[in-house]
Amino acid sequence: MRRSMIATLLTAWALFAAAPMAHAVQPGEMLADPALEQRARNISAELRCLVCQNQSIDDSDAPLAGDLRRLVRERLEANDSDQQVLDYVVARYGEFVLLNPRFELSTILLWLTPVLVLLGGLVLVVRNAGKNGAASPSTPLTDQEKAKLKSILTDERR
Amino acid sequence: MIVEFGHFALILALLVAVAQVVVPAIGAHLKDERMMRVADPAAVSQLFLIAIAFCALTHAYVTSDFSVLNVAENSHSTKPLIYKLAGVWGNHEGSMLLWVLILALFGAAVALFGNNLPLTLKARVLSVQASIAVAFLLFSLLTSNPFTRLDPAPPDGRGLNPILQDPALAFHPPFLYMGYVGFSIAFSFAIAALIEGRIDAAWARWVRPWTLAAWMFLTIGIAMGSWWAYYELGWGGWWFWDPVENASFMPWLAGTALLHSALVMEKREALKIWTVLLAILTFSLSLMGTFIVRSGVLTSVHSFAVDPARGVFILAILILFTGGGLALFALRSKDMQAGGLFQPISREGSLVLNNLLLVTGAATVLVGTLYPMALEGLTGEKISVGPPFFNMTFGPLMIPLLVALPIGPMLAWKRGDFAGAMQRLAFAFGAALVALVAVFAAEYRGPWLAPFGVALGVYVMAGAVVEWANRVKFGSAKSDEIIRRARNLPRSAYGTFFAHFGIGMLVVGIVATSAYREEHIQAMKPGDQITVNGYNVTFVGLEQARGPNYVEDIADFNVKRGGETVARLTPSKRLYDAPPQTTTESGILAAWRGDLYLVIGDAQPNGGYAVRAYFNPLVRFIWLGALIMFIGGGISLSDRRLRVGAPSRSRQPVAVPAE
Repeated sequence: MRRSMIATLLTAWALFAAAPMAHAVQPGEMLADPALEQRARNISAELRCLVCQNQSIDDSDAPLAGDLRRLVRERLEANDSDQQVLDYVVARYGEFVLLNPRFELSTILLWLTPVLVLLGGLVLVVRNAGKNGAASPSTPLTDQEKAKLKSILTDERR
Repeated sequence: MIVEFGHFALILALLVAVAQVVVPAIGAHLKDERMMRVADPAAVSQLFLIAIAFCALTHAYVTSDFSVLNVAENSHSTKPLIYKLAGVWGNHEGSMLLWVLILALFGAAVALFGNNLPLTLKARVLSVQASIAVAFLLFSLLTSNPFTRLDPAPPDGRGLNPILQDPALAFHPPFLYMGYVGFSIAFSFAIAALIEGRIDAAWARWVRPWTLAAWMFLTIGIAMGSWWAYYELGWGGWWFWDPVENASFMPWLAGTALLHSALVMEKREALKIWTVLLAILTFSLSLMGTFIVRSGVLTSVHSFAVDPARGVFILAILILFTGGGLALFALRSKDMQAGGLFQPISREGSLVLNNLLLVTGAATVLVGTLYPMALEGLTGEKISVGPPFFNMTFGPLMIPLLVALPIGPMLAWKRGDFAGAMQRLAFAFGAALVALVAVFAAEYRGPWLAPFGVALGVYVMAGAVVEWANRVKFGSAKSDEIIRRARNLPRSAYGTFFAHFGIGMLVVGIVATSAYREEHIQAMKPGDQITVNGYNVTFVGLEQARGPNYVEDIADFNVKRGGETVARLTPSKRLYDAPPQTTTESGILAAWRGDLYLVIGDAQPNGGYAVRAYFNPLVRFIWLGALIMFIGGGISLSDRRLRVGAPSRSRQPVAVPAE
């Protein structure tokens, strides 16, 4: 069941996907108040077009993205705050719709990776800096290399 | 017949590759010179055979031989010749063939130009390189055979996806693969060194040109992709944090780190173990990228393949090489000697910081790209990770990197003088301040962080100039002394200059175009006008035309500036014959200060057409910066001290060359 749904989605996507996503926001959709329209655009960039691959509703010309854009604008006209609009959309469509996932237990690793890698790296650097003090400089040359070195040196002198 | 010949050549290449894995490896173990020397002719004939296979497929495309399944699915008889050629790698099977071709190209290059390598090291490098070839040749032959026949042959093919029918995109994959696959050499060198159990500055000297070449091609490949997206996808974006873009960006970040750590290793024998690890990780990220793009595991705009058998196969390759490489590293790295010592404030210290930030950046992109898939696999929970996440996490990591970038080269090796470096950078700070004030004055409405971003880019550019000026003693020496010094400066120093200057330009372009982009979306009827950043744009009309394999609606815009006509822009909408898809072609008026960018949309219910007009300030700096980085890499590569095969020679002229 689930599989066939994915298959349907994929076929549907194949039909849309190649049609590039030129004219996302339509002139008729836009709000008259430029400040409110700008807020709508900012919110739209945070919301995923559910039937597209990795596109925000602001960039997509899929009909569903258009519906979502209108929904966002309706909520803004009803005096919702930006956060309220996002919450409203998430309540209807789930976390999947957010391009910037919330900081939660399930996304904790995602958000903390940069910090952890950076700190871990720093710790390693500092520890190694301490250890380096004892290290001896270089590996001795093998006999073969010594011979080669000697021949190079004599070449140079000639 | 030619097709079967190509298929046969590919099978033969697999056998040669197997021999190239086994014989030199045993030879190196037994110190048997004859067996080790098998590697060279094997690498060259492997290239020759894969090239035959590639030519055979190309021939099928050019002659539109639709009895070949791959051609029938991805080509069309009316397609212009250039896209018939590009069509060879514009699909899964063909692009894997290109992948192995480039892999063999790099292997053969080591065989032919690596004459100064110790025999055992060379044999081992080529053996490891061939093992990668075996894996991917098997993948190609078993799961993605481009030579499968189709009976009966259809009268015509299905055609190439129209958005891929574009000159920049036609040559984007070869460059990208040269980069991706080029890092395989660094990997092979790392594995060979681990097997040998010793590693020194000479190793870094051998690895660096290959890494540099791969880095150059990856840089220009990514830039071409971004440029294409900019003018073709039709909303003026140039980077989308799409999984496929991330797939190429991760090896770029790691490869950039590798270039810098190899530098430390070559000059100071420090960071040896780390450099080896980084070489393994960089190629692993290339494999990861191949996995992401080729398995269809993350369906995205660019993804063609949706076949789990392939995904599992590439995953196995990824695990084999990454896991094997890391396991070998864990086993052998303990025995390796750590090298030179240095203070935290030193050239080495700054390059460690560079590595730390770049690797953290790569890790961030990696986790962001794979997290949704991993989470869904583990818990069934579906989330999205998109541009806002990457901008918020990756962006801040790059700020300290850019701040440190001009300072590093000012510091001496081992122990640097921070205050002195700051003093010498006074000009760069001054230039940044001027830029800051100028941008604030021009764009006082905000956003208020953006002027700092532009200033940061200018600081990096000016820092590159300061470093050059310092090295030629500009300002303190006489002019003929400066000219002499400028001439004697090694090419690699000029390479650094260009690469760092290019990064600065890139930053300026990114910040300016992201923060100060102007956008107008409105319905326009013929005769209507809009004003976009000083350009007066008049919609003249719209007409239909017929191209070689499409029909298009061409809009005509007259662009005036200061009362004079400066351009006529003709953005259009195309409907391709096969496959029947629409694309947009934007109309762009490019200038140094920014691009006027027009897109024509659908007819509106109340008459007229939806028109999107943008002004993208300084957007050219992005690709120009990348191009300058590419050129810098090329200049550095031409430095004879780095040139493949050139023995290092003392810079002092030999005193008495007499008999």
